[in-house]
Amino acid sequence: MIRFLVLLLIPLSLWAGPKSGYEYLTPESRAIQDDDFQNPGMSAVEEGSKLFHAQGEEGHSCATCHGEGGAKLDPRRIAAYPVFGKAQGKPVTLRDRVHICWEERLGNFPLEFDDKNALYLETFVRHLARGEPVNVDVSAELKPFYEMGEKLYRTRLGQFGMTCYHCHDQYPGRKMRAQPLSEGQTNGFPTYRLGSGKVTSLGDRLNECMVSLRAARFEHDSEDYRNLEVYLNARGNGLKIETPAVRY
Amino acid sequence: MIFRHLFLIPIGIALAAEVPAAEPYLAWRAEPASVPEPLGGLKGDAQRGRAVAANQAQGNCLACHPLPIPEEPFHGEIGPPLAGVGSRLPAVGIRLWVINARLIKPDTIMPAFYLDPKEIYRSDDDHAGRTLLSAQQVEDVVAYLATLK
Repeated sequence: MIRFLVLLLIPLSLWAGPKSGYEYLTPESRAIQDDDFQNPGMSAVEEGSKLFHAQGEEGHSCATCHGEGGAKLDPRRIAAYPVFGKAQGKPVTLRDRVHICWEERLGNFPLEFDDKNALYLETFVRHLARGEPVNVDVSAELKPFYEMGEKLYRTRLGQFGMTCYHCHDQYPGRKMRAQPLSEGQTNGFPTYRLGSGKVTSLGDRLNECMVSLRAARFEHDSEDYRNLEVYLNARGNGLKIETPAVRY
Repeated sequence: MIFRHLFLIPIGIALAAEVPAAEPYLAWRAEPASVPEPLGGLKGDAQRGRAVAANQAQGNCLACHPLPIPEEPFHGEIGPPLAGVGSRLPAVGIRLWVINARLIKPDTIMPAFYLDPKEIYRSDDDHAGRTLLSAQQVEDVVAYLATLK
């Protein structure tokens, strides 16, 4: 009877689809994310909101085009990032879009790619799409980038020689020493980390994995991470955006 | 301006001194399910091997495997429990698992603890040109695991 139930449960768990990192949190940690007044990640949203409404060099702000509080931004379009940039000929992440607007629309002096103001703006904008299912279309122009991202996801890296796939596809839910492994989904990014006490971009989180693998990091602004971001987001299609999520 | 940077030189030397030079890599020969000869003809010490297996900065076998090391909390849940592995496998077979488990199970998550550094892709600077464990540490861990009957 037990064997029968187990056999029944295996296909059920396969049908369940992607699982947010939220499901691997303790109830106490979930409570922090669930309450905007407790969630320390909301401070990044507030910082981003200030920047969003601040006047740029050309005399207008993000809100001039996108509405007060980003009211004219469509959450479904935010949830579709990364998108294919026709002008760029490659994927454009939400972070890329922030930089493009910052320089070309606001006429501001360019920020470093991983500048904290860019992180705040990205967090603010993605937060506007909280609850919206991730929906990255990789059926057309993004397909080759998605495939390159998946290739990197399945490449053994660093002295430890593990792939992303090993931890996050084969063993989610199991513990590595004291640390529970998750599916490595991206729907909560940028995310507040209880361990470091910081709001963390996906690029910084990927670099933490690289350190664990004793692997040389990629640049934040590299094609490798851009392709990986396409793959990871599309892999989590259907998961609701939780930015700023709370994670370990 | 030059003087401002002179003080960095002793710091540089101190940092360089912290990381000992990489040991020369020793070639080994695998049979289908074993590495018959000890690395470099070295003799393993089970007591030292137990410490390497538990040490987070060394073997850290505990990260993934439950082991009969009760004083350490948090044994991993990734790999099979290793209690009794000495009865299930001969030492020469354990040696292949530790050196390069991919030769047994190509898709395994288990790190190859004595892989030719030339086969490592994108190692960070601190670990470039190095195996995960030294030849002596591999033999120590093999000796320890072989005692788990």
